Amino acid sequence: MAEKTTIVNLTEEEFVHPGNRACSGCGLSIVYRMGLKALGKNTILVVPPSCLTVLQGLYPVASTKLPCVNVTFASTGAAASGVRGAMKALNKKDVNVVAWAGDGGTGDIGIQALSGACERGEEIIYICYDNEAYMNTGVQRSGTTPQGVLTTTTPIKGKLQTKKDVPAIIAAHGIDYVATASAAYPVDLYDKVKKATTITGPKYIHVLTPCPPGWGFETRYTIKVGKLAVETGLFDLYEIDKGEFRLTGASKKLLGKERKPVSEYFKSQGRFKSLDADMVDAVQRQVDAKWQAYAEKLDQ
Amino acid sequence: MAHRDFCKMISRSKPGPGDGGKTGSWRVLRPILHAEKCIPVKAGKKACFNCWLYCPDCVVTKTIPPTIDLEYCKGCGICAEECPADAIDMVAEDSFSVKEK
Amino acid sequence: MHIIESGNVAAATGVKLARAQVIAAYPITPQTPLTEKLSEFVESQELDAQYIPVESEHSAMAVCIAASSAGARAFTATSANGLLYMNEQLHWAVGARLPVVMCVANRGIGAPWTVWNDQQDSMSQRDVGWIQLYANDHQQIIDSVIKAFRLAQSVSIPVMVCYDGYLLSHTYMPFERPGQEQVDAFLPSFTPKHFLNPDEPGNFNTVTLPDIRPGVDGTMEPGYIEIRHNLHQDLRGALEVYADIDAEYEKECGRGGTPFVEQYRCDDAECVAVAVGSLSYQLRDVIDILRLEGLRVGVMSVQMYRPFPDGAIVEALAGRKSVIVFEKALSYGNQGPLYADIKAALYSRGDRPPMQNYILGLGGREIKTSQLLDALRQSCSAIEAIDDTPRWIGLKL
Repeated sequence: MAEKTTIVNLTEEEFVHPGNRACSGCGLSIVYRMGLKALGKNTILVVPPSCLTVLQGLYPVASTKLPCVNVTFASTGAAASGVRGAMKALNKKDVNVVAWAGDGGTGDIGIQALSGACERGEEIIYICYDNEAYMNTGVQRSGTTPQGVLTTTTPIKGKLQTKKDVPAIIAAHGIDYVATASAAYPVDLYDKVKKATTITGPKYIHVLTPCPPGWGFETRYTIKVGKLAVETGLFDLYEIDKGEFRLTGASKKLLGKERKPVSEYFKSQGRFKSLDADMVDAVQRQVDAKWQAYAEKLDQ
Repeated sequence: MAHRDFCKMISRSKPGPGDGGKTGSWRVLRPILHAEKCIPVKAGKKACFNCWLYCPDCVVTKTIPPTIDLEYCKGCGICAEECPADAIDMVAEDSFSVKEK
Repeated sequence: MHIIESGNVAAATGVKLARAQVIAAYPITPQTPLTEKLSEFVESQELDAQYIPVESEHSAMAVCIAASSAGARAFTATSANGLLYMNEQLHWAVGARLPVVMCVANRGIGAPWTVWNDQQDSMSQRDVGWIQLYANDHQQIIDSVIKAFRLAQSVSIPVMVCYDGYLLSHTYMPFERPGQEQVDAFLPSFTPKHFLNPDEPGNFNTVTLPDIRPGVDGTMEPGYIEIRHNLHQDLRGALEVYADIDAEYEKECGRGGTPFVEQYRCDDAECVAVAVGSLSYQLRDVIDILRLEGLRVGVMSVQMYRPFPDGAIVEALAGRKSVIVFEKALSYGNQGPLYADIKAALYSRGDRPPMQNYILGLGGREIKTSQLLDALRQSCSAIEAIDDTPRWIGLKL
């Protein structure tokens, strides 16, 4: 068995250049940096418009050291299929074809192309960094914005609807690997991306990605806020490996333990300031019920 | 027949640092590492490196002691926040003299 | 070898002979049989290609864009609303300078729904920057498809090969199928200048600034406007390239010589009728009748609509007594697009002819030979100045 990944043995090779345009304290920057470490040099990236477009740089300078094709917003899953098609046609093996998109590009405008790619069984890795709103255009609500969150298009009451469960939708396609990860747990993310490179067919990794300006917290708290999402049981780290669900890492350790109250997470960010006590209680009850179900399901 | 040289211009960027300029100039707070508190320094071996791991901008080295590239460090403060030994302080940039900057 | 097949199969055969490597398509009437034929070619291993059965036309072009970016020869086909659904992707493919080839079986566009032929779909895409070729019959379909792949990769600009839905796509006609060796000799394999390559990483289609900007090595690189200017210049340069490609194809396969316009009985014609696609062949019969009546009239088809072959068009039309443009498309609120373009091309000429524009056949309305006869009898001799108001043929209410 391969050596367990630790901070100390994690590769020092970087595929992202410093001095890029990502905001200070950007969660995506951490996710991207770790993901590319796991993918390595023989990788072709497919990227729709998103904060990543900005991070990757303006012509003629690229902040990424890997080949990348920028594609239209709704087309990422299909474009990744096209790159893989070309690799097969040209008999180029051992290349990771990786789509990397935000939550809007994945679960909203891009879901059709992604669904098509999953249904066809395309040999691609799809990584969604979920910062829970349209951040690149200035924090508008998205399908994955949680209920109650203030955005520039839900400016007073907060979003009325609940968060779309995109990894569950993708898992419903019956693909062999679906995982969640978080910017706050880079080693867990690294291992999942690495694992995805060894599995055939479509692989989907959904990464919770704290965003200081969009979520309303100081740049130094990106990791703290990301960890709170997991420690309160709101966002869970898991894998669905050939249909088998299991919690991983910090979420696995929460089983049977007392979790931090969700209110602690809500208090850490400005975007939740319109939540009232009833809503907080309601969310706490939902989280408790979810974890009760985990306990029953995973205890067997 | 000889034709013109087609497709001479295309938006194909080449990798390099500093697309956003010297992003160190964004900084309001500067990370200052106190090596005497740093875990790998104290242990005298590779250890911890949380500052390197969590840095969004690849500006911290995985060395003993770690170093921070101030040319590009945006000053987010994650390294200071995540250092288990409190070895990194975030110090206001305006406390440094013009020459130091 | 002579075969009798549908226009869609002629197109599919051309794609096979051109050895397309990645094919993606979403079925839409009347393009569907082309898609089916290509799937069959790939499944039966007659064609060594990746066939990707995408879930939309937008995705079909996404696959082609990405596959072409990675260095593969890519093909798709569509019609009508499928083409319009691709619109954003059409711009993207040309802006990224990718030699994708696409067939368009021309069909009217909704609303209201129509599945029948006109040319509003591809004509409305004239400004996206793709090269547009139009075929008049099955022979021109297969030949144009093969030439399109050569042209696209020569100039790094995608090419649309358009042919009339049903009238050509579904009718059976005899045509000559070139031999594989002939096509291989004519069409070298695709070796792109730039492609997605882990050994030489580059980031394609990145955000590009309004102004020029130095690259990592200090060289000043273009801004958006320079890149777009370069595209336009290359499109203009494509005219010359296509003339040479057409001549080379003629040498290899024995057919060609009319890359931009095809003229019938125009040598001594005072009046020239202009049309695109199968309508121009229907007009040949009309011209034959009118000649018997003593009218000196000919017909010209426009084979390449973008880049606009203004030189060839001016040469063919300047100095005539009248030019009558028949169109199955309309720039709504103005005139037929081809009419407006021809008029503009002739404007600087002192010997510009009087012109008239007929709109007909929209949504598959039958075009009767008698209607064309009446229109030409009326217009050939009668018009003395440019008459910009389009006249409509065959309106019943």
